[in-house]
Amino acid sequence: MTAVGTPPAAATSAPRQPSRRNVELILLVFAWMIGVLGTLQVGWAIGREPDTGLWVTAGVVAVLSLVAHLMVRFRAKYADPILLPIATLLTILGLVMIYRLDVAAARRADLNGNPLPTPDVYSQLTWFAVAVILFVSVLVLLRDHRILQRYTYTFGLLGLILLVLPLAPVIGTTVNGATLWIRVLGFSFQPAELAKIVLTVFFAGYLVEKRDSLALVRTKVLGLGLPRLKDLGPLVVAWLVSLGVLIFQRDLGTSLLFFGLFVAMLYIATQRRSWLIIGGLLFLAGAVAAYYMFGHVRLRVMVWLDPWPYASEQGYQIVQSLYGLANGGILGAGLGQGFPNLVPFANTDFIIAALGEELGVTGLIAILLLYALLIERGLRTAISVRDSFGQLLAAGLSITLALQVFVIIGGVTRLIPLTGLTTPFLSYGGSSLIANWIIVALLLRISDRARRPEVIAPSPDDALTQVVRRT
Amino acid sequence: MSRPIRRIALVLGVLLVALIANVTVIQVVLAGDYRDRQGNQRVLLEEYDVERGPILVGANPVARSVETGDTLKYLREYDNGPMYAPVTGFYSLIYGATGLERTENRVLTGKSELFAIDRAEQLFAGRDPRGGAVTTTINARAQRAAFTALRGKKGSVVAIEPATGRILASVQSPSFDPNILSSHDPNKIREYYDALEADPAKPLLNRPIVSLNPPGSTFKIITAAAALASGRFTPESVLPGPRAYNLPNSTKKIRNWNGQACGPNNLVTLRQALAISCNTAFAWLGNELGDDALREQAQLMGFNTSFEIPLRAATSRFPEDPDAPQTAMSAIGQFDVRATALEMAMVAAAVGNNGKLMSPYLVQEVRGPDLAILKTTQPEQYATTMDPLNAVLMTEMLVNVVDNGTGSNARIPGVRVAGKTGTAQTGNDNPAVAWFVAFAPAQSPEVAVAVVVEDAGAPEVSGNQLAAPIAKKVIEAVLR
Repeated sequence: MTAVGTPPAAATSAPRQPSRRNVELILLVFAWMIGVLGTLQVGWAIGREPDTGLWVTAGVVAVLSLVAHLMVRFRAKYADPILLPIATLLTILGLVMIYRLDVAAARRADLNGNPLPTPDVYSQLTWFAVAVILFVSVLVLLRDHRILQRYTYTFGLLGLILLVLPLAPVIGTTVNGATLWIRVLGFSFQPAELAKIVLTVFFAGYLVEKRDSLALVRTKVLGLGLPRLKDLGPLVVAWLVSLGVLIFQRDLGTSLLFFGLFVAMLYIATQRRSWLIIGGLLFLAGAVAAYYMFGHVRLRVMVWLDPWPYASEQGYQIVQSLYGLANGGILGAGLGQGFPNLVPFANTDFIIAALGEELGVTGLIAILLLYALLIERGLRTAISVRDSFGQLLAAGLSITLALQVFVIIGGVTRLIPLTGLTTPFLSYGGSSLIANWIIVALLLRISDRARRPEVIAPSPDDALTQVVRRT
Repeated sequence: MSRPIRRIALVLGVLLVALIANVTVIQVVLAGDYRDRQGNQRVLLEEYDVERGPILVGANPVARSVETGDTLKYLREYDNGPMYAPVTGFYSLIYGATGLERTENRVLTGKSELFAIDRAEQLFAGRDPRGGAVTTTINARAQRAAFTALRGKKGSVVAIEPATGRILASVQSPSFDPNILSSHDPNKIREYYDALEADPAKPLLNRPIVSLNPPGSTFKIITAAAALASGRFTPESVLPGPRAYNLPNSTKKIRNWNGQACGPNNLVTLRQALAISCNTAFAWLGNELGDDALREQAQLMGFNTSFEIPLRAATSRFPEDPDAPQTAMSAIGQFDVRATALEMAMVAAAVGNNGKLMSPYLVQEVRGPDLAILKTTQPEQYATTMDPLNAVLMTEMLVNVVDNGTGSNARIPGVRVAGKTGTAQTGNDNPAVAWFVAFAPAQSPEVAVAVVVEDAGAPEVSGNQLAAPIAKKVIEAVLR
């Protein structure tokens, strides 16, 4: 009787959660349209008619997005509908900016009478294709994320191997002072990008296994429960590995990322704040030691504190980045109308400066919110999935993204000292794009599990509703 | 495990806010500071990326932008650079801009609010913004005549259209080539600029409007005007004009340039005193009128005021509080009286325009990128300097100077030229400054001109010998 007013619609369907795949499709179409409009705007700004290259690129992007979408539709039907469109939109924005910087480079070469440089946008497009293939493979091959847990230690070993790979003879390569690349068959690759995924899987599996002992409290100091000394082992190992990355590969960003990730996951697994504090202290110790031991770290800090005296040398990048951002102002110079090419590495590390210059603070905040939404969705997935491994993995992957976004964007905008990291999805570069798309695939897989209705007996509530309908 | 995840989410939220706050501070709060920072090439590149509008004389550009192949997309080029340098100024990567390039920058870069509609159109059409054009009031013939006549001397010429205040010519010598200063080669620019700076003749100075010299006898126009204005004197009034005038309360004397008395029995009419530039009579007159009357007349004619044409001119000055001997000296344009060529041209223009002084201006029109006229400068009266009857009397006296007096070299057959010579000492040892100010045709003048030749060297005659022929050429160029 109380349910007389119940709308019939609520009663008709079984307790099926809507799959939301159509929402995803619509959002993807929006993302695609933003990309096409952006590219057209670049063309208008430089007075170039849309050429076939644009439509081929737009077509390829459409096909790739559609493939990714269909794969989710068939293989992860209940997955979060926002994740894929955001990743796609960010990738597309990256493509637009890379294209725009290609145009600038071509124009410069043309004016100076140099041979035209190879456009980066097509190789980025190729990497996008590879990324989507791997994305699809993950969804096809990995039917359930819990399978990964079986290979926890294999992943741990693999992660370490990937980390040290750039130091290997013959294939290891040093670029701009950092030893991050391997070069095989003419392709260069940053194994650290894959390592961050592999190690997140390892951390998740390992912590699920050990969390009980790690959560044990031995002593209390000032009301704070401290872990047992022998349980400090893993943290110290992670710390040493991070320092190793810093010392041997001179890669501040990756080092920071790994350690931050491990501490955060440790905290989530054990719910012990003491781990955060111990981790924070170790980080400080490492940071101070690095500051005093390494000239390049010291320099980064000095340039960060006051870049102006170094404006024409070591601080050139960051100063140019600030000038570019200032030039962008509130609404931006408009795509194709700024000078983002004045910032060195504008299409990799500093792509945010380029976007900030041409899209303004408005565009930049929009991009930051896209990341925030992506990460929030990842963390929501972590909270809603039922198994601990899935929770830790989803949280870890989201935190990886978050840390990376914060460290690189904070660096480029001089919030924190600059460390070299790629900007997820946006930056030019295959390793980063592929790795981040694999992360999205894994999050979708876990999300699908989290939102999938279990094989259900109708709940009492539903039964009640049906009864009402009959009356 | 959801609680720690939520806590971490909270921390990440704080980091997000920090990032957003930080970019907002950079792009909104500090953006202006960063843009103005020295070494920020973006602002420059942005300016050089826009097709800067031309500066026109008549329909011909004297400054225009041409597309180049280098990073700076447009190069500024000047036709007859040195001739127009006091008008256009330069547009330098290193030393900024001067002249109209500086004062009209917003028009030339297309940033003026006059282009609001145009800019909105550009924004939506995504077209490259283009600058507007500035049409000057300069008369190309007068400018060329003055530039040619002044060549080899040190000094300046300013010509004004008395009825409107339009500046028809503004010329200096020595000048400089704005093409070199506006080039894209920093070394060349620096080298040339340093050489110009080191030159004792100061070619970078905008002489016509900033170089201050004692106006000497040309100031007698103002003294005579003050005398007529007082109502106590007419052109026929008889003044004492001995060989030497004893300065009051002083042992010093003012002498006539030829050492002679100005007339029989040491007496001379005001008309004749002006014609032969009688120092003693005018010194006496100055003391009779008093410094306040002289100052008032001088200020009506533009002294003690800075004009923006829109280039900022130096303030010509009449001393604040001279004693009697100083007043006598001031009455003949010595002591602390200083004037620019622009100022003395304004004095002539005021007399020629029935006593009405028009504000001088250099920009005739502002045109949009499509050359549509967006703004035309309207002539504006600055002051009524004398009543029309006195202006007629004054004009007649100045015609007499050219026809029968010291200004003989400015005579033009068939044209009544009104003029006044002047020579001034700038100090005891400094070479003299030769002046000639004139307007013609006297009955309804089309041009008023002031010529100043520095380092003239010779005595009183130099005004007639050095400056008057130049004024004549300029007048002829305008009247032709």
